[in-house]
Amino acid sequence: MNDMTPLPPPGQPLRHYVSVAPFDPTSGDTMSEQQKRVFLASQWKLMWWKFKRHRLALLSAVILAILYVMIVIAEFLAPYNLATRNVGAIYAPPQKVRLFHEGSFVGPFVYGRSVQLNMENLRREYKDDTSKVQKLRFFCRGDAYKFWSLVETNLHLVCPAEGGQFFLLGTDQLGRDVFSRIIYGARISLTIGLLGVAVSFILGIVIGGIAGYRGGVVDLITQRLIEVLQSLPSIPLWLALAAIMPVTWSPLLVYFGITFILGLLDWTGLARAVRSKLLALREEDYVLAAQLMGARGSRIIARHLVPGFMSHLIASATISIPGMILGETALSFLGLGLRPPIVSWGVLLNEATNINVVALYPWLMLPVIPVIVVILAFNFLGDGLRDAADPYK
Amino acid sequence: MLRYIIWRILMMVPTLMIISALVFTIIELPPGDYFESYVAELQAQGESVNAEQIEQLRQEYGFDKPPLVRYFHWVAGMLTGDFGYSFEYRLPVMDVVGDRLWLTIVVSFTTIIFTWLIAFPIGIYSATHQYSWGDYGLTFMGLLGIAVPNFMMALVFMYLANVWFGTSIGHLMDLQYMDQPMSWDKFKSILAHLWIPVLIIGTAGTAGMIRRLRANLLDELQKQYVVTARAKGLHPFKALVKYPLRMALNFFISDIGSILPAIISGAEITAIVLSLETTGPLLIRALKSQDMYLAGSFLMFLAFLTVIGVLISDLALAVLDPRIRLQGGSTK
Repeated sequence: MNDMTPLPPPGQPLRHYVSVAPFDPTSGDTMSEQQKRVFLASQWKLMWWKFKRHRLALLSAVILAILYVMIVIAEFLAPYNLATRNVGAIYAPPQKVRLFHEGSFVGPFVYGRSVQLNMENLRREYKDDTSKVQKLRFFCRGDAYKFWSLVETNLHLVCPAEGGQFFLLGTDQLGRDVFSRIIYGARISLTIGLLGVAVSFILGIVIGGIAGYRGGVVDLITQRLIEVLQSLPSIPLWLALAAIMPVTWSPLLVYFGITFILGLLDWTGLARAVRSKLLALREEDYVLAAQLMGARGSRIIARHLVPGFMSHLIASATISIPGMILGETALSFLGLGLRPPIVSWGVLLNEATNINVVALYPWLMLPVIPVIVVILAFNFLGDGLRDAADPYK
Repeated sequence: MLRYIIWRILMMVPTLMIISALVFTIIELPPGDYFESYVAELQAQGESVNAEQIEQLRQEYGFDKPPLVRYFHWVAGMLTGDFGYSFEYRLPVMDVVGDRLWLTIVVSFTTIIFTWLIAFPIGIYSATHQYSWGDYGLTFMGLLGIAVPNFMMALVFMYLANVWFGTSIGHLMDLQYMDQPMSWDKFKSILAHLWIPVLIIGTAGTAGMIRRLRANLLDELQKQYVVTARAKGLHPFKALVKYPLRMALNFFISDIGSILPAIISGAEITAIVLSLETTGPLLIRALKSQDMYLAGSFLMFLAFLTVIGVLISDLALAVLDPRIRLQGGSTK
């Protein structure tokens, strides 16, 4: 365009201008590389970009990922086995990990301990014996266990010095290491929410899907049912359902029973979301096309309708996980949930119900900290996912 | 308005019927009945069992009839004010429940008031100071309230109250007032004990309400009329209170429907830890011992309480916001 001449003097007619550049019909639509990346990105990619901007949610996702990896290798991470009893260390308070002994660096170690029974109040009194330096060992041999019930091994990430003790978070009334038990407990507590959500997810999609797609009487009945379930206080209902489980059931069966109960009362929110979406989407032309081609209702719902708003469903499911984890702790706390030997954070907290524990052995309440962390993390993650689920906004 | 009220009350009937069927099914599900566990318990203690007497009791309470008959019997009894008989206490359910129901209502009601008092100013502050440190801090505190299990908080409170004030905070009143008729002293004693459970139960609900109030108010504050009002030079405080806040008030009333079940749930757990004289501890005992009429009636009471709460909130909302009333009448 360098053949452009300056404007004619005022009063003269404008000269007719013709560009010599070759005609490009798409010139208005061309995008820079940057724009192309955004415009051609898939929905999931857009969601990921949006999710990344929510720092707290990203952090929560990382924390949760680490925790879920932890439960896979729980036996390796825990310094002691689940049921290992240390008769010499009953109600032992947490031991401090130190790095320096008398001013010189020795690496992570704990001081040895001497125990004395106070004959007045029958309390065990533990004193650090600063002459005994017990260096912690890493990648060491400790309690034998069967990894995933398959491989016999005794490798641990960290163990106490030979003949020494290492109770990072103290011990309970049988001298079992609280830290190890928290790690083992994570297995149940973290999976119970996921399984429960899976149950409520299936129920929600199926029931909400049928109600939304069929409409009419089916819809009316489900709507009433959902209203009733939502207006009922959940914990008394959980209690009632948990009381149904026979005492003779094995702990594993009880575990599945609890997850089912938690899911059974939680699907209403999801079903509502699915229903209201389907009511709108079922009028779309592609549904009509599928119907004309002879697809059955179940196929249309599962194959064509639900995937369209799967991201929303996942986001709202994430938000309901904390409620389930808390529900399990509450049930176990009341003795209607899981029972030893299965260990969950709720079971551990159940052992700390006593007011004496709060006063004398407060470290037994430490399992509440992972509970809080996980619930906060799921809340933030859910918030982030919910924002990200609508990337076009 | 009258039509709406009547319609709304009529709608409660099918709801309560579904609830009663649900409750009855849940109560019926465990294998065996109270008498079976009672006989087993007696036998375990080495006592002789009078089979005839047990059989007689069974017949008296209709345990030999099919579940459907018993269900209608139970429902019909409730309609005439007969809530059945507690086998464990050997008393009519009404006598066992007695005061406890009222205390449950008192605790729930106070908790809602408390929730409002706390959530309202904090929600407004969070919405008007979005993304400030105060907003972040308060949001985080609120989330913490959701995350800490109620029973844990109750335990810690119990301990701290003992250490700091030297008082035992279990129960809802001082022990000497129990089984006493209502008096000024008893009332004062209840008030002195009430704040702890209310605080514990209220935290989770408050946090949820703050979050929702903040979101609602933020939506409202971004609307054009607020911008117009501000552009015309209206004082920011007035531009907040005059309309956006009134809109948020509607939401406050309608939210009772969703927080009431949560509050009653939380109240049950907290009541068990603090051994409050509410329905919680009794309910769990009744469930464990299969004292089915007691448990069933309790569940029914709790459900009824929530349904009534939702009804009140709906009616209040209809008074405040005529649009809802019109909508409700035409679509359903």
